[in-house]
Amino acid sequence: MTDFSAISRRRFLGSSAALAGATAMGGVLGAGSALAQTPLTVGFIYVGPKGDFGYNQAHAEGAAAVKAMPGVTVLEEENVPESVDVKNTMESMINFDSATLIFPTSFGYFNPHILELAPKFPNVRFQHAGGLWTPDNPANIGSYFGYIGMGQYLNGVAAGHASVTKKIGFVAAKPIPQVVNNINSFLLGARSVDPSITCQVIFTGEWSLAVKEAEATNALCDQGCDVITCHVDGPKVVCETAAGRGAFVCGYHADQTALAGDKYLTGAEWNWARVYTGMIETVQSGGTIDNFVRGGLAENFIKMSPLGPAVSDAGRAQFEATKAEIMAGGFAAYKGPLKDNTGAEVVPAGGSLIETDVAIESIGYLVEGVIGSTS
Amino acid sequence: MANVEQPVAHPSGASTISVLMPRAEGLVIPFAALLAGSLAFSLFLLLVGKSPVTFFGLVWMAGFSTAFSWQNTLSQVAPLLFAALCVALPARLGLVVIGGEGAIVLGGLAAGVAGTQATGWPPAAGLGFMALCAMALGVGWIASIGALRIKRGVNETIASLLMAYIAIALFNHLVEGPFRDPASLNKPSTLPLTEGLRIGEMPLISAHWGVLVGILACIACWVLIERTTLGFAARIAGDNLRAAQVQGLPVGRLVVGFTALGGAFAGLAGFFEVAAVHGSANGSLIAGYGYTGILVAFLARHNPLAIIPVAILLGGFAASSGLIQRRMDLPDATILVFQGMIFVAILLSETVYGRFKIFTPAYWEVR
Repeated sequence: MTDFSAISRRRFLGSSAALAGATAMGGVLGAGSALAQTPLTVGFIYVGPKGDFGYNQAHAEGAAAVKAMPGVTVLEEENVPESVDVKNTMESMINFDSATLIFPTSFGYFNPHILELAPKFPNVRFQHAGGLWTPDNPANIGSYFGYIGMGQYLNGVAAGHASVTKKIGFVAAKPIPQVVNNINSFLLGARSVDPSITCQVIFTGEWSLAVKEAEATNALCDQGCDVITCHVDGPKVVCETAAGRGAFVCGYHADQTALAGDKYLTGAEWNWARVYTGMIETVQSGGTIDNFVRGGLAENFIKMSPLGPAVSDAGRAQFEATKAEIMAGGFAAYKGPLKDNTGAEVVPAGGSLIETDVAIESIGYLVEGVIGSTS
Repeated sequence: MANVEQPVAHPSGASTISVLMPRAEGLVIPFAALLAGSLAFSLFLLLVGKSPVTFFGLVWMAGFSTAFSWQNTLSQVAPLLFAALCVALPARLGLVVIGGEGAIVLGGLAAGVAGTQATGWPPAAGLGFMALCAMALGVGWIASIGALRIKRGVNETIASLLMAYIAIALFNHLVEGPFRDPASLNKPSTLPLTEGLRIGEMPLISAHWGVLVGILACIACWVLIERTTLGFAARIAGDNLRAAQVQGLPVGRLVVGFTALGGAFAGLAGFFEVAAVHGSANGSLIAGYGYTGILVAFLARHNPLAIIPVAILLGGFAASSGLIQRRMDLPDATILVFQGMIFVAILLSETVYGRFKIFTPAYWEVR
């Protein structure tokens, strides 16, 4: 199916001269220059509720920042499953609301849904959160992601100073590389404070399953973990349960200070407001967003929640020092010699994996000191 | 109807109408319930300060007004048709099976795994093999619920619901473990299907072939239930189990057979989701079609023919959900509230059948 609404068809024809060379990149440029005069309509699509204190809220905060920009109309749709629904939602935004820039923010939207739709709408730009774009994918797709493992490393530093029992806990959704890297980073951060610290991990198996998240948090507290963090879509349940049990909390995705109060140490947050407003500025000024964008703390892709009152002066000092090291670039959480938690050597002495190392993107092992298993 | 309260004594006209009116009951009451549910929802919208006119306008626009609207609507319909059959067929025997979701995800998994084995086969053979595997798993899953009911007296509603949870857990385990494509790092999936094993769109309308197969399946089921002795036996067993047993009808085999057929359709839903939509079996299959199918079947009063328009209607509602969120600034649950109100209205309307004299043949008989 091609465009149905008259406006999009006109726009399509208008930019078809630029498309004649069959470079969709030209289409994006054409759309960009046309939009310098007309208001830009941007669609944001979330897989869950946008007030989930987590993954989706982080993106919605980015959308809110875009909404405040002049000359931009923002469309938002929440609770869109990674099924044919997201394809319909994207087409609906294009056909009914003339959206020319769409941010489908869930990982699973990419393949096959964005990949199938993009060739049908060469003058629409699809910006996917997940970092999945490869050069053989259509050029009107972009993908971006942040090195948030570094945020979990800093969480670990704060946790290492706060923990008395030397046991910290992690409530994880699924044993996939991103989550595994966050678990490892959290422990390695804590071990940079005290090498005797261990981290108990519990996988719930689902991105959003409140009952299991509460059970896992309680189980971790029962086992003596006194600092808890997580990687699930909405950390609300974990934060409130842990704080209620008297454990300290390190946040994830968004700022959860309001949920854990004085028990909140810090948190690894996305900084989508900076990323999105930057991308919109690029389009408004007639430029093209790079197809593949990644960044960490230094590039303002991620940020840390303000340190809570429970963080000691020593903790604060090491936190800031480590943060400065990460900002300088080339920081390695994984330093050899390093074993995984079955005893096999994963990083030899003298070796290291810096934050941008592609090996981290397919990481499958939990490092020594993490109690738990991915299978 | 008001002007025909005093029927004219035309023997021929009266006899036609005395045949038609009892049949009209099955149409008039659901439509009245639909209207009542919509009115109740309009009141709800007015209470929160939103315009019902805008709401229904957007439902029309997003669900049914343009070619794209129909594409959007129909894309939701195929799994709903199959999922509804999985509820409606056992329901004609008096069984409330609400766990079709489990058979859908397992059917999808079977199709995905079979597809990886069928790489390089001729497409027709490969797709047939995938569909067979999907149906076989669906049959096994749902028919076992029917068998448990007959052999052990296990409540089929609870069993099917709990087995759906088991199916989803099993699905997650298998997709994240033994059948995982090692290259699917952050979204565990089975190996992607080759291009030959994907099902494309039908000509003219931008919806995949599953919609047509689903519609044909509904028609075939209607014929089975309304026009065959087997269907007649099933309806008797559904109306009065003891009477059917006394008559010597093979109730046990009917129950297992009808649940098996329902399970086969649920498995097919999974097959089409994998082969036409996702291209591999992964967590996106757990999209709740099995549960929406329950709503479709009840709204259609378990009549397979009525499932077709009801599924299209609900597909249209789902298609308009996004536009309503964006244009009216209402949460995504709005459409669910609307569906819920209609569902309650339809369930309430079940109690009024046979209460209106104008639907009885006697009312129209010449006095």
